[in-house]
Amino acid sequence: MSSQVRFTDFKSDKQPTWCPGCGDFGTMNGMMKALAETGNDPDNTFVVAGIGCSGKIGTYMHSYAIHGVHGRALPVGTGVKMANPDLEVMVAGGDGDGYSIGAGHFVHAVRRNVDMSYVVMDNRIYGLTKGQASPTSREDFETATTPDGPKQPPVNPLALALASGATFIAQSFSSDALRHQEIVRQAIEHDGFGFVNVFSPCVTFNDVDTYDYFRDSLVDLAETDYDPTDREAAKEKVLDADKEYMGVLYRDEDSRSYERTHGLDADMSDIDESGAPEGAMDLVREFY
Amino acid sequence: MPADFNWAIGGEAGDGIDSTGKIFAQALSRAGRHVFTSKDFASRIRGGYTAYKVRTSTEKVRSVVDRLDVLVALTPRTIEENLEELHDGSVVIYDGERTTMADVEIPGEMIGLDVPLKRLAEDAGGAIMRNVVALGAACEATSFDIEHLDSSLKKRFGDKGQSLVDNNKQAARLGQEYVQEHYADTDLEYDLDTTDNDYVLLNGDEAIGMGAIAAGCRYYAGYPITPATDVMTYLKGRIEQFGGHVVQAEDELAAINLALGAARAGARSMTATSGPGIDLMSETFGLVATSETPLVVCDVMRSGPSTGMPTKQEQGDLNMMLYGGHGEIPRFVLAPTTVDECFWKTVEAFNLAEKYQTPVYVASDLAMAVTEQTFEPEAFDMDAVEIDRGKVVDEETVEDHRTEAGGFKPHEVTDDGISPRAFPGTAGGAHMSTGLEHDEQGRRTEDAEMRVKQVDKRNRKVETAREREDFSPREFGDPDADNLVVTWGSNEGTLVEALEFLEADGIDVRILSVPYLFPRPDLAEEFEAADEVVVVECNATGQFADVLEHDTLSRVERVNKYDGVQFKADELADDIRRTLAGEGQEVEA
Repeated sequence: MSSQVRFTDFKSDKQPTWCPGCGDFGTMNGMMKALAETGNDPDNTFVVAGIGCSGKIGTYMHSYAIHGVHGRALPVGTGVKMANPDLEVMVAGGDGDGYSIGAGHFVHAVRRNVDMSYVVMDNRIYGLTKGQASPTSREDFETATTPDGPKQPPVNPLALALASGATFIAQSFSSDALRHQEIVRQAIEHDGFGFVNVFSPCVTFNDVDTYDYFRDSLVDLAETDYDPTDREAAKEKVLDADKEYMGVLYRDEDSRSYERTHGLDADMSDIDESGAPEGAMDLVREFY
Repeated sequence: MPADFNWAIGGEAGDGIDSTGKIFAQALSRAGRHVFTSKDFASRIRGGYTAYKVRTSTEKVRSVVDRLDVLVALTPRTIEENLEELHDGSVVIYDGERTTMADVEIPGEMIGLDVPLKRLAEDAGGAIMRNVVALGAACEATSFDIEHLDSSLKKRFGDKGQSLVDNNKQAARLGQEYVQEHYADTDLEYDLDTTDNDYVLLNGDEAIGMGAIAAGCRYYAGYPITPATDVMTYLKGRIEQFGGHVVQAEDELAAINLALGAARAGARSMTATSGPGIDLMSETFGLVATSETPLVVCDVMRSGPSTGMPTKQEQGDLNMMLYGGHGEIPRFVLAPTTVDECFWKTVEAFNLAEKYQTPVYVASDLAMAVTEQTFEPEAFDMDAVEIDRGKVVDEETVEDHRTEAGGFKPHEVTDDGISPRAFPGTAGGAHMSTGLEHDEQGRRTEDAEMRVKQVDKRNRKVETAREREDFSPREFGDPDADNLVVTWGSNEGTLVEALEFLEADGIDVRILSVPYLFPRPDLAEEFEAADEVVVVECNATGQFADVLEHDTLSRVERVNKYDGVQFKADELADDIRRTLAGEGQEVEA
């Protein structure tokens, strides 16, 4: 079946309500293409969406999916994958969802290294609530809630991931369709937590971090002799305040997913429906 | 009252009080005696004191009483704390060679057994066994066959090697022999009979954990919190043998979302916490209900609000469980009333969760969580466990629940309110769900007509459950009595024992113990038939009394306790007697 799956099979019949030109269109297309390319189909794929403009993705894609509460998409995806490791789990959210209200979960999802991918549509702004500073907004980025700028440094998600023990860290740009798809594909194929921060510009509320800005400033690591398996090199790159990079910044070749480490390979939905499981009476005998 | 015997060991936190007490309780259980234990963290003087109390009888025991027959006192404070419970003829076992115990005075009418616990323990192989020396001395003081203690020691230390078991047995014998030799002329009146009955000994948290496994729960996510942690501790190492998994989450927000994720994947899934954790889980609780995800959430209540008294008893979370969360959330709230019911209500919770695709609270409390009780093993008859997964569709039946365009309808509007459920991986069942209001396919909508249909559909599940399920209360006492006493949660056992005190005073009482808090039984007729209704609960404001007044459009009398300690039978009987007489509950200073 997988060979016949086209990326459009992952499209739902709902028309996106994102603003024309929103980066999320390209981000979602790349996700769907990468899912199809890696042999998945809507019936074995589970998408978990956060809250925000990005969170609407669950509605626009066709697969098993849930759109949860703000900031908790990662624990939900983690639970899905642990309960049925045969499913392809992809978690999608925004910079507010992942690095502000859900920042605690980000650190621990990275540590756990469950085999799923996490795509963050980073537009450096809160779009759905009409333009407030996000955790990745620049220090001097003026908004209604921060008229003089946040006056605090933006969260560095790549460095945060590395410090938390990430085994796969990547960054892409929604407008570079081929590279974005390729990077998401690598995140899916990685045995562990595949983290991709996607620059997904907000054309309505962010006039600083624009398509033009990213096109002009992004350095594609694929065009250099960078070795993403070198953790020391990755440290330098993720802390480089002068440049923004696209590509895989770090990949641990020895990564071992949580499921493999813990021997999780069964579909937990499959239980004996005739009564208590075989051997349950031993549990009672333990209390003698 | 059963011919009961009351024993305790007390000392400082860190003295191994709990594990020693449990070893003795287990020995009594193995000797075919019924046991009801309690943990006494409540100090009359200051913090740091802790005691493990064991009430035992050849008959069933259901509560604690204010009497101590044998006390192992590791500190002088242990004696001071328990002076009111000790009586003429009580035995106090202590180590006079311990510096702090050298000057201790045992009141004249009691019997002091001065046993060099530490020295004898060292003779047996290590000072750490001094509490076991005391257990040996206690066996002698109660004519209790020490072989039952041996059996309990083997259970406790068996997996750490035979030599450790042997050393402990030797320590117990040294304690026993010391009392034989030095107190041969002392009249020790206690005589603990044994029977051939087989009992199991467990607490409420363990019963919840065992119930979960029995019900086919495969996934548990939780964050440690007193007094719910033992549910997780129990499951860890056991649920794996049944193909399940336990995750320690980074916080309660993650815990319920992990559990939700596993439930969306089709696993029977659970989290357990206490009040502060329920606070954090409330937002997701609404998502669970709106996305119609089956999930079991245990609240093992403790004293609140805020951090409150984390190791003290209270039933203060009822309103939270009934009403918590923004918006209007259909749910079930089950409250087991005994330790064995913790098992059965957990099993039932999983079935209700899946049959009605709703979140289900299992409301336990600290008094039940930390209380070890004996039961006949048949009380946990695994053959009686039934599994009902509700309306799950497969690759063929999924066809009956799709739109013309082929979209599966996880929120299909049905007569009973229950929609079909497709586990991920089911071909043709791909769908989304969301905490947003949605259409039958789970896609966001703000259409007024669909909004009303979906709200009504979700609420209709509760009405369907009222028709299909038996939510009757448990009944005790005299069914024709004019006085009706209603309670919920762990007070049931104490109330049943209080009956005997009340009967002795010529007061007849009918008791209704309510294990279903939502949906709950309609007690209007019962209230009408009674002259007086008293509602007993461990909180200050009478949350259940409020609910029942609202249900029955009547007024009730209230007996409340919120000092952090569970009711005792004689005390509760007195409270009820005074309340019925219009004198009001006696308030302790």
